[in-house]
Amino acid sequence: MKKIPNNRAWFLVLPVFVTVAFSAIIPLMTVVNYSVQDIFGPYNRVFVGTEFFEMVLQDRDLHEALQRQLLFSFWVLLIEVPLGIAIALALPVRGWLASLCLVLIALPLLIPWNVVGTIWQIFARPDIGLAGVAVNRLGIHYNYTAEPFDAWLTVLVMDVWHWTPLVALLCYAGLRAIPDAFYQAARIDGASAWAVFRYIQLPKLRGVLMIAVLLRFMDSFMIYTEPFVLTGGGPGNSTTFLSQFLTTLAVGRFDLGPAAAFSIIYFLIILLFCWIFYTVIENLGRAPR
Amino acid sequence: MKLVLDHIGVRVGRSMHLDDISLTLEPGSFNLLLGPTLAGKTSLLRLMAGLDHPTSGKIRIDGRDVTSLGVRGRSVAMVYQQFVNYPSFTVYENIASPLRLGRRLSAAEIDRKVLAVAEMMHIDKLLDRLPGELSGGQQQRTAIARALVKEADLLLLDEPLVNLDYKLREEMRAEMREIFARHTTTVVYATTEPQEALLLGGQAAVLDAGRLIQFGATLDVYHRPASVRVGEIFSDPPMNLLAVAIERRGSGVVRLSPDLSFPLPSHMRALPPGPCRLGVRASHVALAPSSPADIAIPATVELAEISGSETFIHGRHNDLAIVAHTAGVHSYRIGETVALHLDPQRLFAFDADGRLIAAPERQPGTVSGAA
Repeated sequence: MKKIPNNRAWFLVLPVFVTVAFSAIIPLMTVVNYSVQDIFGPYNRVFVGTEFFEMVLQDRDLHEALQRQLLFSFWVLLIEVPLGIAIALALPVRGWLASLCLVLIALPLLIPWNVVGTIWQIFARPDIGLAGVAVNRLGIHYNYTAEPFDAWLTVLVMDVWHWTPLVALLCYAGLRAIPDAFYQAARIDGASAWAVFRYIQLPKLRGVLMIAVLLRFMDSFMIYTEPFVLTGGGPGNSTTFLSQFLTTLAVGRFDLGPAAAFSIIYFLIILLFCWIFYTVIENLGRAPR
Repeated sequence: MKLVLDHIGVRVGRSMHLDDISLTLEPGSFNLLLGPTLAGKTSLLRLMAGLDHPTSGKIRIDGRDVTSLGVRGRSVAMVYQQFVNYPSFTVYENIASPLRLGRRLSAAEIDRKVLAVAEMMHIDKLLDRLPGELSGGQQQRTAIARALVKEADLLLLDEPLVNLDYKLREEMRAEMREIFARHTTTVVYATTEPQEALLLGGQAAVLDAGRLIQFGATLDVYHRPASVRVGEIFSDPPMNLLAVAIERRGSGVVRLSPDLSFPLPSHMRALPPGPCRLGVRASHVALAPSSPADIAIPATVELAEISGSETFIHGRHNDLAIVAHTAGVHSYRIGETVALHLDPQRLFAFDADGRLIAAPERQPGTVSGAA
């Protein structure tokens, strides 16, 4: 049979093409535009090549913000993922208690970001906040408005409080999808609780853990609102993460060129890390013996 | 291993999941648990494994009371209807896993056992794969291999073939029979399918609503179902049941309906006159007479189902519903009148309480109409 080329088929692809163009490519291109040209006005622009990129990459403040950011995301993943799994394992399996626990656990997820910031700003205050006062009463000197380390720790604890429930809920759903027969089989084999976790639950959770890790990495790497409300990036620069650095650059100083260059770098870093996580977790499942 | 269940009961809340079950499984025997879903097959298997414990009664293994002994203290292996394998282990590691736990075996010993079982289950070419990379049939072969390699005293299989497609199921059924014949393990195999039960043979325990309603050699149970319920369970489609009256006229008459009666067949001679129920399997209802003694029942077609290369005709004669099973694909119009032929020698008779009171003579050497 002769194959009949049908060019009208392209019309079917067109809507997707247009949507993607408007939603992703065109906005991204404006940023690219600003990153390689110095724009003074609509008809007054100079092509500067990679100058802005070089400028941004040599910025010491940015290096520090990036280090802070990587450290923050590292701790977020290191705490929230195991803690989320542990909570999911500890939750009741069925009955009204399970429903109640799920609702209670999901509560922090329903609170808007800036409200979370405000809650913790008050909660952790060393003079009137419940947590702040309690910690100080224990004899531990704690003041997040003055001590860089305390501020940093408060942001981390706040994020753990806010987002561990997401990991827990994802893992809980993943655990419920494992048929009972697997646990029975393990009991018959005489497998220990650790072996059940290591060889049945963890491999079966691989899919949801991948989603949890990616979501938590991306969100924590882009964190803005909560530290902005809590500390405004201070004291000093101790809680200035990449998003806030970018905002200061683009909105505060109105350096659109370097800000655009940095936006692209920021985007590429997130893309790179997501790709690494994805590849690593995918390959964990098919390790040869 | 000789397993004795002595008046076992399991009560959960106010409902009885298993009710007063007594059963003796001889060492090395092959036993079927046959029953519809929710009959208690899985509950009973779990008790045998030691995963659950009965609320009343005793379980004895070789004379020793093991009622409260947990699964770790018993030597059991189990295969489930889901394909249960360790997802991150290769097929080889999966099969080897029961050997690595507990007992200390040399690597060479493990290797030898794994390869032997894998070869028997025809998965020796797949040893490096992960379960996720196998077809359903291959996954279940791996699970069965895992159970066999353990060489446990008691092997429990809970509808192992139910999630496989038709072709694979047929193929594995035939293999299963050979595999079990080669082993000296006491095997308990739960199934809902009469056909599977007949093919596998051995002893059959028929369960219904948590009760054991018959236990005996599979073929004996098939040929002499103790009650109407056994006849229904051990027959697919369920055995046709016809409410009739036996009249004592001459040498006796069976009255099917006001205008239809036939002479009492020889195996039912001893029955007292009065109402009773006759049972006949769908495969013994034919559309054409096979002998002059056949009874022709005029019936209107209510439904004709074609299944594979077979046809099931649902007919009605007055208030008697009769299903006939014939080979070949036939189409019938609904409302059409056909003549359904019964061989009177193939009729079962049950009393008012549903107990068997007369069964056909066994015809030597045939298990015709297994369906």
